[in-house]
Amino acid sequence: MINKVVKNASEAVKDIPENAVLMLGGFGLCGIPENSIQALLETKVKGLTCISNNAGVDDFGIGLLLKTHQVKKMISSYVGENAEFERQLLSGELDVELIPQGTLAERVRAGGAGIPAFYTPAGFGTEVAEGKETREFDGKMYLLEKGLVADFALVKAWKGDTAGNLIFKGTARNFNPMMAAAGKITIAEVEELVPAGELNPNEIHTPGIYVQRIFEGKNYEKRIEQRTVRS
Amino acid sequence: MALDKIGIAKRIAQEVQDGMYINLGIGIPTLVANYIPDALDVVLQSENGLLGIGQFPTEEEVDADLINAGKQTITMRDGSVLFDSSESFAMIRGGHVDLTILGAMEVSENGDISNWKIPGKMVKGMGGAMDLVASAKNIIVAMQHTSRSGESKLLKECSLPITGLKCVRKIITNLAVLEVQEGGGFKLLERAPGVTVEEIKEATEGKLIVEGDIPEMKID
Repeated sequence: MINKVVKNASEAVKDIPENAVLMLGGFGLCGIPENSIQALLETKVKGLTCISNNAGVDDFGIGLLLKTHQVKKMISSYVGENAEFERQLLSGELDVELIPQGTLAERVRAGGAGIPAFYTPAGFGTEVAEGKETREFDGKMYLLEKGLVADFALVKAWKGDTAGNLIFKGTARNFNPMMAAAGKITIAEVEELVPAGELNPNEIHTPGIYVQRIFEGKNYEKRIEQRTVRS
Repeated sequence: MALDKIGIAKRIAQEVQDGMYINLGIGIPTLVANYIPDALDVVLQSENGLLGIGQFPTEEEVDADLINAGKQTITMRDGSVLFDSSESFAMIRGGHVDLTILGAMEVSENGDISNWKIPGKMVKGMGGAMDLVASAKNIIVAMQHTSRSGESKLLKECSLPITGLKCVRKIITNLAVLEVQEGGGFKLLERAPGVTVEEIKEATEGKLIVEGDIPEMKID
C-alpha cells in the first residue's frame, strides 16, 4: 500500500504556491482543517482563492487568513459572522463569489467526478443566473453550472489510515468528502492516524485514492459558534 | 393582538403532519420544532448533513462535531443518519423533503421570495435558501407582516434581490395566515387573535383576497 503520511501540517502545505486555488472543508467552524490553516499562516503564501462554504469568523478558521490578507478571492455560500470579511468585501480588497450551497456542493462533487457541468433549478431568475445558460426541462427552468476543481484540497477527518482512507464524525463531514475528490493534491488532516488495515473498509467514507497527503493533526480547538444547551 | 415569534412558531407547528421530513430555516422556523405535538413522528433535516435532529444537548452532551445549519450544538434522535453536503442537497433538490419552513424579508403576490441580500447593507450570502426554494414541494414562510418602520413585506413585487420565483405557497405572519393564489394574490385564511381584516388590509401592499368571514387562529 502506498504510504501517504507526511510529518505535519507545515510539511503538507509547504509547496502551496502563490495564487493557488484551494478548497477547504467545513460548515461554519465544524470540520475545518485547523492545522493546515495554521500552517498557511506560517508560510504566508498570498493571493489564495479559497473555495469553502463559509469564511470562518474574525479570529478563527479562514478568518485568520483574511486578517493576514492572504486571500484574494472567496467562493462561498454564506459569509455572515465575519466583520473583517464584510469590511474587505465592501472596500473591494476581496473578490467574492456567492453560490447557493447545494450548487456549491454539487459543483465540487461534479468536479471531482469528472462531470464538466450540470443543470440545477437553484438560482433561476436571480442574480446567480446572470450570464449563465438556462434551459427548460419538463416545464421547469434550470441553470447550467460548472464543476469545480482545486490545486489543493484541505480536508479534515476524524480517523484516517496511512493509505489515505478517511472516516468523518457527526456533521463534520459536510463538504470534506467531495473536496477530497476535487483537489489535484488533497491534504487530509485527521484526529487519529492508524496503519492501513485498522479501519473497517465497510465504514470508510472517503477512499484513499482521493488523498495524496495525510497527517495526524494536533491541538484541535474545535471552536463552537453557537453553544446551545437545554436546561 | 399581533402574534410574537413564539405565537408564529406555534401556528406554523399546526401545519406539520405525521411522517413528514422537514427542513427548518434559521430564526422563527427553528422555534417551530419546540411546538410540534409529541404525538406526531416527524424527521427534521439539517442541510449540513443530518436527518433526525434531536433536542439541544445537556452541558455534558455538547459535541463540537454535531451542529445544525444555524451552527447551534444539537443531538441526534434514534434513527438518525449523517451524510455529506452533496447528499443533503440531493434530498432537497430531488424533492424528498416534504415541508420547508423559512424566513423572508419580502414575498410578492405571485409567490416570489427575497431573503438573502440587502444591496449595500447586508452581504451574507444565500446559504441553502436558493436550493430549497427552487425545489421544495411545500414552502411555508414565517415572517413579520411589516418592517420595523411599518412598511408592508407582502408586496406586489419584491424590491430586494430575489431568492426564488413563484415558490411560496403559504405565509404565516404576526397578523395572518395567507395562501398565495395560482393567478396571484394573497388569500386571507386566518387572522391573529384580535386583529381585524381592516388591519391586515392596511399592512398588505400586494393584492389581498378576502372571501367571507375570516376565522381567528387558534393558538394555545
